Amino acid sequence: MNTIAYFKERFDQLQPHENHRGLDLLRERAFQAFSSMGIPDSKHEEWKYTRISGLFSKDFQMPADPLTGTITMEDFKLLRLPGSEQVNEIVFVNGFYSISLSRIHSTGLTVMTLEEAAQNGFKDTVSKWLGDSAQYLKDGIHALNTAFVHGAVFIHVGKGKHIEQPLYIYHITDARSVNILSQPRSLMMIDEQAQVQVIENYATLGYNESFTNQVMEIIVDHEARLEYYKIQNDGTNTSQVSTTHIRQIGKSFTHTVTISLNGGLVRNNLNVVLDAKNCEAHLYGLYFQSGHSHVDNHTVVDNIKPNCLSNELYKGILNDQATGVFNGKIFVRQQAQKTNAYQSNKNILLSNSSSVNTKPQLEIFADDVKCTHGCTVGKLNEEGMFYLQSRGITEKTARSLLLSAYASDILEQIKPELLRIFVEKLIAQRLEKDLS
Amino acid sequence: MLTIQNLHAGIEGKKILNGINLHIQAGEVHAIMGPNGSGKSTLASVLAGRSDYEVLDGSVEFLGRNLLDMSPENRAAEGLFLAFQYPVEIPGLNTVNFIKTAVNEIRKYRGEAPMDAVTFLKRMKEKMALVNIEQTLLSRSLNEGFSGGEKKRNEVFQMAMLEPKLAILDETDSGLDIDAIRTVSNGVNKLRNKDNAILVVTHYQRLLDYIIPDFVHVLYNGRIVKSGPKELALELEERGYDFIKGENTVEAA
Repeated sequence: MNTIAYFKERFDQLQPHENHRGLDLLRERAFQAFSSMGIPDSKHEEWKYTRISGLFSKDFQMPADPLTGTITMEDFKLLRLPGSEQVNEIVFVNGFYSISLSRIHSTGLTVMTLEEAAQNGFKDTVSKWLGDSAQYLKDGIHALNTAFVHGAVFIHVGKGKHIEQPLYIYHITDARSVNILSQPRSLMMIDEQAQVQVIENYATLGYNESFTNQVMEIIVDHEARLEYYKIQNDGTNTSQVSTTHIRQIGKSFTHTVTISLNGGLVRNNLNVVLDAKNCEAHLYGLYFQSGHSHVDNHTVVDNIKPNCLSNELYKGILNDQATGVFNGKIFVRQQAQKTNAYQSNKNILLSNSSSVNTKPQLEIFADDVKCTHGCTVGKLNEEGMFYLQSRGITEKTARSLLLSAYASDILEQIKPELLRIFVEKLIAQRLEKDLS
Repeated sequence: MLTIQNLHAGIEGKKILNGINLHIQAGEVHAIMGPNGSGKSTLASVLAGRSDYEVLDGSVEFLGRNLLDMSPENRAAEGLFLAFQYPVEIPGLNTVNFIKTAVNEIRKYRGEAPMDAVTFLKRMKEKMALVNIEQTLLSRSLNEGFSGGEKKRNEVFQMAMLEPKLAILDETDSGLDIDAIRTVSNGVNKLRNKDNAILVVTHYQRLLDYIIPDFVHVLYNGRIVKSGPKELALELEERGYDFIKGENTVEAA
């Protein structure tokens, strides 16, 4: 069982940073926060429908070091997404950045360990932005990641650089011999007028339990553009809390798509902080869960400055005994006049025992704003089913066509073509399996 | 081709059809007319197999087989087609893919191999010309944002592609102006031949100026109360449905 005492013991074993006292202080404060809050249970408002405290009775091992060599290049090649020949790749193994498996070749894209970044020219960036997400995520599981920042990555996209090849980030857990808790951490700085596509993917090897508690923080500067894709299709013996925190500090454009197709328990935190005038943010999500799996999307759009636009659409399909949660917060601060914020969450329940809890949450302190939100939970359109069947299309094919059509407006937001085709194929396979 | 005997049906415990008898042969066009609430659309829905309607009594034989035992998709595969009064909009489903799927699912039912892409395209071009529908419309999501006329033309286009033995046109004229009615009717007329049959369900006589029926039946209170040649439609137009209602009240008394 992973008690606070276990984590204390592990925390005390961490080596202090030689040249960056700031990192140590951050960890210490986070560990104190973790010790006082503990793993959130259902009494925590933000964790009402997603229970992770029980998972920690399962005795996870938290590896102390990268365990170099446990994942070979051959192992990794099997886990790669299609079209990986040309792309940039960052690989985390059990939560630690693996330099030997990673490969960066685009000019303008720089990747290094966080410790390295904190010691050279990126010292100020690291001091300023590492841990920025904590103010939005006040719970022990988030603090736990920060308490163990070690083997983390710093990613920099240089001013004016358009990175042609996408950056894939793989979080691989080697659970072949024991249950593993891994805590990958990364910080990304996208400079002025830079453009990049980032794809995060998760994979577990072996049949023991894995728990990935991952945090990525991204700072987007003036006239920069970020496309961010998260693809979750891991096994049923995996759990993850996956946090993506984006702060737009100059007039900039972000586009995020979160696709959750499998996994035992998935909790996504996505924060988009619009911290400059005229920012634009698009947030899309598709979750399709079956069996006993659980998916929770918590999103925050925080309008701090005026004239920003955000557009959010999350769609869900839940089958069997699967459960879903959507919680979408929009804050409009007093200064953020002329905010346009749109939010919509739609759900289809394919079975009687699947369920979803959906909750839009708007807190508006400015008076000249346009905000809309809506959520629906329903069954597959019966009129549509009859229309298709009346044309000779069998019930199974009709259901499959309608669900693909339903998912299509999210899938078309995946701009890299190879990735989109890959996800479309995964969904087609799932429909084939789930509807038979 | 189609024989309906003593058909009783309803929805959610409410009885709507009270003993329909109708016989349609290949090459014929039948029109069913009647005032609102007489059961016209219910009849069309029951024949196509809409599951929320319940058949309480009677039988329907289609090409020698018991129609009521079949799923909607099998009815279609056997050659029945319903042109919807309100075609359903399905965002995200490409119209051409939808029709291709339908064509091939029906071929599969009949034990035939899927139609190859070239033949399919050729057939599509041919039928598009026949019913006067543009490629741009078919490249869009199924019926999404289509005007009333475009939706109905798309129904007739699907009919052309699937080549049914019996087509039921449910209030195909509703919501259309006279030009659109003419276009849609021209399409239907080109699809008429000695081997197929058409059942036109309509409230107004005007559609029958373009799709000329061999027989007209008047539906009232869930029963066919009068049948006659095409002139019956004109008489209804002139005198209104009240005279039918009057006659039936007298009969009932």
